Formats: sequence, structure tokens, C-alpha cells
Amino acid sequence: MKIHVVDLDGKTHALEAEPGWRVMEIIRDWGVPIKAECGGACQCATCHVFVADDWLDRLPPKSDEEEDRLADAPSEDENSRLSCQIIFQPELDGLTLTLAPETKP
Amino acid sequence: MLDASAQKTSMTVADPGGQYETDALIIGAGPVGLFAVFELGLLDIKAHLIDILDRPGGQCTELYPEKPIYDIPAWPEISGQGLTDRLMEQIAPFGATFHLGQMAVKLERTLDERFRVTTDAGTVVTAKVIVIAAGGGSFTPKKPALDGVEAYEGTSVFYSVRKIEQFRGKRLLIAGGGDSALDWTLNLAPVAESVALIHHRDGFRAAPDSVNKMRALVAEGKIDLHIAKMTGIRGPDGVLTAIEAQSKERGAYEIPCDTLLPFYGLTMKLGPVGEFGYEVKDGLIPVDTEKFETSTPRIFAIGDINWYPGKLKLILSGFHEGALMAQQAFRYVFPDKKLRFQYTTSSTNLQEKLGVR
Repeated sequence: MKIHVVDLDGKTHALEAEPGWRVMEIIRDWGVPIKAECGGACQCATCHVFVADDWLDRLPPKSDEEEDRLADAPSEDENSRLSCQIIFQPELDGLTLTLAPETKP
Repeated sequence: MLDASAQKTSMTVADPGGQYETDALIIGAGPVGLFAVFELGLLDIKAHLIDILDRPGGQCTELYPEKPIYDIPAWPEISGQGLTDRLMEQIAPFGATFHLGQMAVKLERTLDERFRVTTDAGTVVTAKVIVIAAGGGSFTPKKPALDGVEAYEGTSVFYSVRKIEQFRGKRLLIAGGGDSALDWTLNLAPVAESVALIHHRDGFRAAPDSVNKMRALVAEGKIDLHIAKMTGIRGPDGVLTAIEAQSKERGAYEIPCDTLLPFYGLTMKLGPVGEFGYEVKDGLIPVDTEKFETSTPRIFAIGDINWYPGKLKLILSGFHEGALMAQQAFRYVFPDKKLRFQYTTSSTNLQEKLGVR
């Protein structure tokens, strides 16, 4: 199972993904640069990603806490999510997303 | 979680700009820096701490004060603030001096083999050993993603308000949706010639009362509200004339202004501790695992900022690192004294230091 991540230079990485892991953790553990400074506590918005349009409705909904954090992310768009708040599941095989400017380490 | 013990704990906070001498200077007052005070204190090593935040606790209080932590030994669950409060209580007997709201910007050697550290507030601390416990680095304001914004910083772009008078008669654009952005919008509106607030969504995380007051000022025509993204910055030679914006309703447009105040919260940057002369690799400070000393003797690095094979960025690892660091620090601070290993459970000497005997 894989996720496809477009980094800040526009390069796409196909990353092997394991169910139960946070998408932020998958990106980080494969060494694609992502700031994610609070470590997955939904406190900082430095793991902000733009999800490909066709995947948006297939993700679990945002919590109020995630909404609050995204409100602080200047580049927030309609397809914004925090990658630390998406737990990878088999049905997300092929998930495609783009790192937002806030992820720059 | 407010802890009653926090009120009991008195903290010595030094006035900025003074000159101080101590045994150990700890840069960073997060949990690992605080516990280092304890381990040093048991060995009679006096400590000062410098932190850029205006209170101790580091990430624990700045990023997740309410979040429960589950991997602190003997605390099945404790909040970031709770952990900080307990550490402050634990180190109280050692009377460390705190230099808060300041960044350590310069490190020099003195002729007598000590180090002199200067902060951005002009405080100078001279110490026999230095302990870098700076975690992810200094908390610094998040910058807006505007190409060339650096050229305007300090002249037209400010990330904090030191003096309200500075903005009298100015045409301000304030960016953000949290409490800082809203508070300054309300406080500067009577002073500035004009105030506009820009936020990328029509929802504000600030206190509801502030949001209501802001909306009332907008309704009265006293301030402008832009639900838009900032896309560019304009003006010659670092002098701002307008911000380029983009909104769904209006498309691309310009907001004339002479001052921009972005309030997007804080982020961590390595900052000056990365340029103090010891080896730094990939933003981390390599150390040995016996003394946790950097490539510069008498300068140690503990907690999230250091690196060694097998390193885990856990608070509990930083506590261990602080204990071993203190053993070597003792040898530098008291070269003629014999180091005795003692337990707090049985040593009357340690118990006297802790004030429990």
C-alpha cells in the first residue's frame, strides 16, 4: 500500500504506508522533509497538506481541534488537512497529497 | 490544569541587562533544562537559565500545556503545564536564576577559561560550564509566506508590539485570526490612522468577546476586514506601500498600508545556538553518551537538541542526559573536589540541600 506525496520542490514520492500510522509519521519516517514540530499533537499546523480533490471525501472528517489549527495556517485551502490527524487505513491506499508551505523545516 | 504547587514555587527572575556570574548556564528552560538544575544542584553547582519564552516549560507550556503526556515515569498521565509545575517545585530548593523573554545570541571565551553569554536584551552571564538544552531551538514568530518580506522587517513589518506609540498615525494591516491579532486590532484602532485586519477565513479562534468587538468596529466603519490571502508585498527600499491580496469575491487586489503586523503564532528555529562554535549536524548537536559534552569541552547539550547513536527525543532521555552531564560538570566546576555518588534516600548531605532535613 502506498501514499503519494508531492514535496515543496514539486517532486512526487511514492511511500510505502502501513495501516495505523499517521500520514505525517509515514512522510517523516521515509525522510521526506516535513517540519511537524509538535510531533502529532494537533498543536502547530506544520504538517499541513493539500489533499487531492478525489480523495477529500474519502477521509475521516476533521475534528474541531484540527479546524482550529488549520485556521492558523495562512495557506489554508478547501482541501487542507493536517497529516498528523489522518490515520492511514487500507482504504486510503493511493492517497495523494501535496505538502503545504508551512511544512518547510 | 492549574496546580496549586505552582503558586508555592517562587522563581528568581533577573532583570534584563544585568551582569551575572554563575557555575553553570543552561540555555533553555524546558523540562530537561529545569531538571538539569536539580542534578547540578545536588552537586552544589549553581545555575542560571536563559529562555526566549516569558515563562518556564518550553514546548510543554508553549505547544501543549493541556495535552496529557503518558510516558513520564511514575506519572501515568500529566499535562505539559502540570509537568512544568512539578519540576519548578522540585528544583525550588536550588534557587536558580531565570533570564526570561531573552535569546542567547553570543558566546565568547574569557581569559580565565570561562564562557560569557550575551542575550538580545543585553544581559551578560559568565559561567564555568554551558548546558545547551534548547529543544527544537528558539521559539520565533511565524513569518507570512511573502517573497521578500525580510527586506521590510524592522522598518514596515513587525512581529510584536513593544510600544503602542510607535504605531500612532500609521496605516496598519494586521494579519491573523488568533488572540494576538484581535487584541492588537482592538488596541491599535484608536491610535493608528487606519487599521485593517486580514485573515484567510471568516472564522476567528480568538476570544469570542474580542471577535464581537472587532465585528462591531467593522460594522461602524472604523476598521476594515479582509477575508483574503496575502500574496505579495509592495514598496521600495523596505518601505511598505501595499499588500497584494487574493479573495474569492474580489480576485486579486491591493490593500494600501504602511505597516504590516503578522500574528501567526510561534515556530521553532535553531537560531544562534547553532553558531556557538561546537559541531552542529543537520540542526542537532552531536555529543558523547558518557558526559553529553559537545565538541567544545565544558559545553554540554542535553534533550531534543542533541544527537548520538540511538537518540530518542523523549523527555525522560533528557532527564538521564542531565544527570550524567552534571557528573562531568562537577569535575570542571570543582576540579579539586572529590565526586561522591550519593542517593537522595540515604544521604543526609543531599537531604540538607533539598531542605527536607
